[in-house]
Amino acid sequence: MTTTEQHIDQILMPILEQVSDPEIPVLSIMDMGVVRSAIIENGIVKVEITPTYSGCPAMDVIGDDIKKALQDAGYKSEIDLILHPAWTTDWITPRGRQALEDYGIAAPLNAEADKEVLLNGKRIVKCTNCGSKNTRLVSQFGSTACKAQFQCADCQEPFDYFKCLK
Amino acid sequence: MKNKNLYNYILGIADNSLILGQRMGELCGHGPSLETDIACTNISLDLFGQVRSYFQYAAKIAGDGRTEDDIAMLRKEREYKNVLLVEQPNTDFAFTLGRQFLFDVYHLAFLSELQKSSDLTLSAIANKCIKEVSYHERFSSDWVKRLGDGTEESKQKMQDAINSLWTYTDELFHQTEVDKAMVEEGIGVDVTQLKEEYYKKVSQLLEEATLDIPESKWFQKGGKEGIHTEHLGYLLSDLQYMQRTYPNMEW
Repeated sequence: MTTTEQHIDQILMPILEQVSDPEIPVLSIMDMGVVRSAIIENGIVKVEITPTYSGCPAMDVIGDDIKKALQDAGYKSEIDLILHPAWTTDWITPRGRQALEDYGIAAPLNAEADKEVLLNGKRIVKCTNCGSKNTRLVSQFGSTACKAQFQCADCQEPFDYFKCLK
Repeated sequence: MKNKNLYNYILGIADNSLILGQRMGELCGHGPSLETDIACTNISLDLFGQVRSYFQYAAKIAGDGRTEDDIAMLRKEREYKNVLLVEQPNTDFAFTLGRQFLFDVYHLAFLSELQKSSDLTLSAIANKCIKEVSYHERFSSDWVKRLGDGTEESKQKMQDAINSLWTYTDELFHQTEVDKAMVEEGIGVDVTQLKEEYYKKVSQLLEEATLDIPESKWFQKGGKEGIHTEHLGYLLSDLQYMQRTYPNMEW
């Protein structure tokens, strides 16, 4: 795990947890790890978010959604997009990983296992439908930039796998 | 502009991703299968995302009110500094993926060096992009191998693609005056240093793909100086259509 710190004012936590990823609505942006800091300065909330993938179209929406949630709670805010340090799937919280699995998206494996799966066709990604590991890679690219397409060879369910980004 | 060299340097890097992103985006709805269609457009999206980071930074350096969109959409053909390789049209799938492969190997090596740039924004962008580009390189290498070591027809198509694209590879390692100035300041990457490793890596993969390594020593150049092949103008007329027809329009 990386030890990069997040600076979140605890008062803001319940508000930010209400904002979900527009493409994976079961996942709060806090569980996704995209909010790197949120502090109140002179009555204005300053929020720093970092993109999962450079081209992620969800980032603009996430920024707007945070602004709106804070406004509803009576705060003015400024949103900054930061690139450093770069987001990694290690920042998805255990609760976030569970939410992904429940939603039908296999959570990212560690970097080494990820490589085995995507390059060497190793069957270790667990099917989100039946739990079998007898699954095969259909395509390294999936419905969004962050996912790959898989299919379970036992129950035949097609599903997405969240690629490891490190 | 105070930092003109840096501004132009950033555009030189970003234009490669912009033009290649546009080429890959052309496959949206036209890929040979659903999975490859999605893959190519995913790569396109990554490249456009990277371009946004570069152009936002360039716009900040220019500091005269121009935006990332102005830089992307409102320049003339000669003002684009991408290499000739990335503007070559998608003639068939072997050509598209062969082009992607020849660029990806370079792109990965370039970003790896750019991470060490003394310019912190550029190094942060490189650090972000390299993770995405390593997926691109895996994908395109895979296809070069699959088609090269595939059927007689697929092998021939991939060999033809590599043969006709080979002439554009050397330009990747040419230095412009801006490049040289940026290397001197510790900001830019010395691309001449990447050449040997590039050809080694590409040759290894071509061998694995049972393809012949082209022997031609005749190389085309000009893109980095704004002298393009006839294909870029057509690409730009597509890319710029909305902004030229409805100036200042926004989504």
